[in-house]
Amino acid sequence: MNETVISPGMTWPGSSGAGDRRRLAARTSLALILLMLLVSVVSLGIGAADASFWNSLVTLARGGELSALERVILFDIRLPRLAMGLLVGAALAVSGAVMQGLFRNPLADPGLVGVGAGAGLGAIIAIVLGASLPAAVSLAIGHYIVPVAAFLGGWVATLVLYQVSTSRGRTSVAMMLLAGIALGALAAALSGILVYMADDAQLRDLTFWGFGSLAGATWGKLMAAAPLILLAMAAAPFLARSLNALALGEAAAAHLGIPIQRMKMLAVVVVAMATGAAVAVSGGIGFIGIVVPHLLRISVGPDHRYLLLNSALLGASLLVLADTISRTIIAPAELPIGILTAVIGGPVFIWILLRNRGMLNL
Amino acid sequence: MIRVLFLLLATCVYVAPAMAAERVISIGGSVTEIVYMLEQEERLVGRDTTSSFPPEAESLPDVGYKRALSPEGVLSLDPDLVLAEEGSGPHETIAVLENARVRFVTVPTGYGAEAIRAKIEVVSDALGVPDRGRQLADRIESELEAAVAAASTDRPARVLFILSMQGGRIMAGGRDTSADGIIRLAGAENAMTGFTGYKPLTDEAVIATAPDVILMMERAMAGDDAGGNHGIDNDALFNHPGLAATPAAERQAVVRIDGLLLLGFGPRTPEAVRALTSALADFDEAG
Repeated sequence: MNETVISPGMTWPGSSGAGDRRRLAARTSLALILLMLLVSVVSLGIGAADASFWNSLVTLARGGELSALERVILFDIRLPRLAMGLLVGAALAVSGAVMQGLFRNPLADPGLVGVGAGAGLGAIIAIVLGASLPAAVSLAIGHYIVPVAAFLGGWVATLVLYQVSTSRGRTSVAMMLLAGIALGALAAALSGILVYMADDAQLRDLTFWGFGSLAGATWGKLMAAAPLILLAMAAAPFLARSLNALALGEAAAAHLGIPIQRMKMLAVVVVAMATGAAVAVSGGIGFIGIVVPHLLRISVGPDHRYLLLNSALLGASLLVLADTISRTIIAPAELPIGILTAVIGGPVFIWILLRNRGMLNL
Repeated sequence: MIRVLFLLLATCVYVAPAMAAERVISIGGSVTEIVYMLEQEERLVGRDTTSSFPPEAESLPDVGYKRALSPEGVLSLDPDLVLAEEGSGPHETIAVLENARVRFVTVPTGYGAEAIRAKIEVVSDALGVPDRGRQLADRIESELEAAVAAASTDRPARVLFILSMQGGRIMAGGRDTSADGIIRLAGAENAMTGFTGYKPLTDEAVIATAPDVILMMERAMAGDDAGGNHGIDNDALFNHPGLAATPAAERQAVVRIDGLLLLGFGPRTPEAVRALTSALADFDEAG
């Protein structure tokens, strides 16, 4: 086997030469960066409150003072929310792309291996049992208890997954998938028990948590989630070449000298960190992780060197866009963003499937 | 003279906005009802989804469900006071509002006469009309006492409150619920005391409760239901395998009362007690 075998052109029938594709990928990245900036500016500029954002900017630029209300809306609501949207969107899309590469399955998603379910279980435990915690503990972690528990839940699920699917230093992807399904079912069952124990107020909290929302974005939560997500984002590019090689099959990738075991470990850690942190701060937001990598594979091809970066950019833009819509469409009330991503993502996903039936071998 | 007039006018202009500046958002059906009863509705600039009475309240901007308030949505109405039923949130929204120097007053909830007084007093104090509040609380209290006295009976009916029936599963109201509270005030007995809150019952548990009367909401409290369809007709209700074997099915005894009226524990609770009492009395005579 030689170097050309792992070039993505070989795994993507009908695509053009490597040079063309590199130029296309670069152009796509540039376009996506512009899209992200545009969406961010729009998101900061509009909202339920007529806080005259542009006036605020002019005032600030002239060294003037903002009113208390303008300050709160800009710095306490829209900015942390924008940052959270960008981070969570990127985290979900990159996690999706890595999972799909790892499992060589276009339908793979962090939800598939139980990471999302574990995080969800953690959140439910916190919502239902949080009230009966000792006062000292509640005081210490306060309102961060739900995100912290969700993150821990995601990690526990990942650890169990690893223990189950690794034997004699080898991780089986098939075992991981099956174990993930079992873990997901177990988490759902445990959640069911807790739902039964919950009072009706907690039930409503659970329902809204399940829809996902960026409404609770605060600097504090952002500080908790950002390091994990950024670390995962920084690690993801190191996976690109290995994921490309893995597309040929595990044996072939091993022959190419890819340290398969280390690479799988890194991939799962990246996904657990990014998904756990994202789910922890935003609840259940679906479809970004599955739709975004697909859209990009159609436009720039399956080469992970471009796919991962572009997924981060597009995921960030799409989530911020969805959030902007969700908080303005029925203002002053707000639509849970998970509902919006599902309503938009579902049909888009079906459209992608139908258009690419042949290519995806489905 | 003109100068005096001008000064007077200037003072008015200066003072008037300061007085009328209070822009109030009311969160929670019973809180909104109290604001209207205190005749302070002119100061309302917004309400939540559960505030559906009086009907005029529904023309106010809706800031969403009381437990999922959006900080910017609330701030967009430029309020200087938010009156919110206990349990409103989330915490993050309240923290942002407080950061924006919006006064946030939590109105306590509860399922008894003293809870209604506490609600009225907290709301009227926050609105700066404590005297009106005391009058209203006194009036509601005496009305409620009269309604409760009229309701007392030697043979309390066993009442099962059904929140929803989905896929044949009955969601019933146990202890520490507003349903339990109103059943007691109406001199009846809650047939389901084995648990707290609203829980699904097995068919056998339904039979074991042996209710004389079924109590339901006539219509879901807007945005405040647990996702069930409350509009279940009598046939569907009494063909339920558990319910079919109860005394209530025998007499086809079901009472339906508007959700916010029945469970709101606001100024209309005496009315709810009277409505429930008279409905129970009808079945008592019939049975």
